[in-house]
Amino acid sequence: MAKGEIVLGCLAPHPPHVVYAENPEQNEAFAEGGWETLRWGYNRLARKLKSIDYDAMVIFTPHWQTYIGTHFLGLPKFKSKSVDPVFPNLFRFNYDISVDVELAEKMCEVAGESGIVTKMMRNPDFRIDYGTITSCHMLNPEWDKPLVTISSNRNAHYYSPEVMNEQASALGDACAKAIEESGKRVVLISSHSLSHRHFVTESPLPEDMSREHIYNHSQYVWDMKLVDLMRDGKMKEVIDIMPEFTEQTIAETEAGGLTWMMAAMGYPEYPAEIYGYQSVIGTGNLIAAWDPLEATREIVL
Amino acid sequence: MSDPEILFGIYCPPHPQPLLTPEASEGYGRLRDAFETCRKRIEESEADLILVYSTTWPSIIGHQIQGHPEPEWVHVDDDFHYLGSMPYKFKMDTEFAEKFRECAESRGLQSRTVAYDGFPIDTGSIVALKLLNPDNKIPACIVSSNMYANRAETIVLGKSARDAIASQGKKAVVVVVSSLSNRMFTEHIEPAEDRIHSAKDDEWNKKILEFFGDGRLEDLSQLSREIHGQIRVQKVVAYKPAWWMSATMGQHNNYTGEVLSYEALHGSGGAVVVLTPSKGSVGDKEFDEDDVEHYHGDRGVLDAGSL
Repeated sequence: MAKGEIVLGCLAPHPPHVVYAENPEQNEAFAEGGWETLRWGYNRLARKLKSIDYDAMVIFTPHWQTYIGTHFLGLPKFKSKSVDPVFPNLFRFNYDISVDVELAEKMCEVAGESGIVTKMMRNPDFRIDYGTITSCHMLNPEWDKPLVTISSNRNAHYYSPEVMNEQASALGDACAKAIEESGKRVVLISSHSLSHRHFVTESPLPEDMSREHIYNHSQYVWDMKLVDLMRDGKMKEVIDIMPEFTEQTIAETEAGGLTWMMAAMGYPEYPAEIYGYQSVIGTGNLIAAWDPLEATREIVL
Repeated sequence: MSDPEILFGIYCPPHPQPLLTPEASEGYGRLRDAFETCRKRIEESEADLILVYSTTWPSIIGHQIQGHPEPEWVHVDDDFHYLGSMPYKFKMDTEFAEKFRECAESRGLQSRTVAYDGFPIDTGSIVALKLLNPDNKIPACIVSSNMYANRAETIVLGKSARDAIASQGKKAVVVVVSSLSNRMFTEHIEPAEDRIHSAKDDEWNKKILEFFGDGRLEDLSQLSREIHGQIRVQKVVAYKPAWWMSATMGQHNNYTGEVLSYEALHGSGGAVVVLTPSKGSVGDKEFDEDDVEHYHGDRGVLDAGSL
């Protein structure tokens, strides 16, 4: 069997607003549009994904929060409705997803062998979080690839962002090893915003783009610092400053997604593909991708 | 406006073990018994509303209030999914929910009701309502805990609840769903071996329960910042339940307190406590933080201080 490999890594933020604005048939709410910079960036990255041969998407989500280890979805099918607890007015999505249980079990096994506390989730009533659904829908609206969803163990809450970085790196290493042993071609997805301070009010028409802007300038400056480092292919440096970035911008990187993905990809030293940056209800959202194959790597923006 | 009629208050933990696996340990069983005692008290009271403030329902856009008349779903906890599913169907007091929203807005808060099929009611609210009101004999209302809210906003939210109860002439039981110390073990444990995560957490929990036992609710409210720093995992900006409970029930120490049970729940501190308004007060303290009547939002100190 050939060695498995990571064929693309995607930073894919999950504000439900982007699904809402797309008006897919699965979502009950209706929008007049909005957040085009993000949505068009997503659309372009989704087109790139169509040109790549891969077997499964592996997503690390901040909205399946676990405190007792790292959990993996462990049943082949989940079909239900996901309602965002914060923005139920925008996101009530009827989903029908397939899970690559074999790959999930392999990751769980290898992570467990490396000393990480793990658990398979096999309750059929379990509801898939809106982070997983939003990122996966925007990257693959046809939903024709199986997923592996990994919960976010909240080490930043219990210990510190430094411990989060260490633990998420270890998980990334374990997942990379599991992918290699699986023989599969996998797309990794780190589902989160960068700076993550929200406005606590919402305009009467949520998609009114005249009201949308970053929460404050310091959040923007920090976000741009990270974007510059990504463009320059300095992902080890991004991960090294992750604790400071996370604390100063209340960043959603606190869940460990970007650290996990970068560790699994060996801290790329090549430029990231930048697909778009836009604020959503004050938070900073970047769509980016890391293509290990130089021949297909693009300068997008 | 006259004072609201709040019959008593209950402080109880959000974890699902007392609901799903009370037989797994003696401690979980004792918590379940304590919930059962509270259920009987509620049924024997003249309550016509159960008002729940849940720390496991975080919100961002202001304060959300459950406004669906009969929310129904099968819920599964993120961590404890292997303990089983939690099917529920609750009866909500939608008129009260709207009044609560109106009262919150009139005090300067951002607030909205949510009434969507399939809305994910949180583990803590489900555990409380299924154990305290299993047959939906009394309509309920659930309010979220805004993740950015601090003391002023939370106290004003409590006063808004008080306004709403008084204006509708309800006889309410107030339920706060929160652990004491909230640090769980980060690995799987046998329920029979469950214990409070550390001696420090245990000592602080017992100090808090001493205050509860003495009916010193406002004193606990004043201690909230210290409690947050000492024994709360820093998931949110502050330990808010005592602020909300005191502002809702009445900001004083005139309560009869009963600690019905205190046990470990995967390392965190779980207690079932009943506070009943009474006459006598334990001391008249000089509280050092201002009371707040109206929420004015962010003060804009950065703008005010800029050149």
